[in-house]
Amino acid sequence: MPDSTDRRILRHLLADPRATNAVLAERAGVAPASLWRRLDRLRDTGVIAAIQERIDWRALGYEVQVSLRFTLDKTSPRAFDEFIAAAREVPEVTEIQTFLGSVDLRLSVIARDMAHWQQIYRDRILTLPHVSDSDALMLVSTIKDSGELAL
Amino acid sequence: MTGLDATDLAILRILTGDATQSAADIGRAVGIGQPAAWRRIRRLSDSGILAGRRVIVDNAALGFGVTVFLGIRLATKGRTSLEDFERAVTAIPEVQTVQHVLGQFDYRLRITARDISDFERILRRRIMTLPGVGQVEANVMLSEERRPGPLGSL
Repeated sequence: MPDSTDRRILRHLLADPRATNAVLAERAGVAPASLWRRLDRLRDTGVIAAIQERIDWRALGYEVQVSLRFTLDKTSPRAFDEFIAAAREVPEVTEIQTFLGSVDLRLSVIARDMAHWQQIYRDRILTLPHVSDSDALMLVSTIKDSGELAL
Repeated sequence: MTGLDATDLAILRILTGDATQSAADIGRAVGIGQPAAWRRIRRLSDSGILAGRRVIVDNAALGFGVTVFLGIRLATKGRTSLEDFERAVTAIPEVQTVQHVLGQFDYRLRITARDISDFERILRRRIMTLPGVGQVEANVMLSEERRPGPLGSL
């Protein structure tokens, strides 16, 4: 179980994931050697699952990002599995989430422009299995995107 | 597109899985030297393609067992009401993500809470009291999977 020092380290790491270990140790008020050991243990125990680079898809020419929300036809017992397996085959899908609520599933889908979006939507999205209803939210702008927790 | 070759794309695939690998390790994995790998990573970073790091933690192990997505419709629209809403909502620590969207809702929020009753407190005291807030829809997240995206097919 992470103790209060671990939580303090994580709070600083989440607030500034690019900070070097030396800076992180200073901000969290622990010795560098102790920071190493604690980060290692947090990784080994899976509390830190991964540290990944984020890609700005706009910088790669993907101007359109859509959040697609689906309700599935749950009369088929394998509806979720088959839908998710099919969604994984679509390269433009960047996130798959499942929910408890009025929405069953959500996909984040990126496209180069509206023509490309229309093509993906017709050829790859409308053909996904077991969909009973769907709606789309088109991203205008991201106001806040933080991994921080109220630790 | 944007002058990226197969080696750049291979580097992006590695870094989006694990950002902590050294330039030497990455170079070895894609068959180039450490200085060449370092230059390429630097260029991907300078061009804004690498947009910063994401630390993925086990929220449940840290006591945050519930992630909820909210769709919010504003009751009144206009430039000042959007600005007021955005200023207030971004200040809520439990709100991790705020996106302005077009469609059935005006905003999408991602909220992390300790449990359902903690979420209820955040919803009642913080969200329902936001300026201009109208219809609110909540969906509790059960699972999440991040995909590499079209890095293989650029």
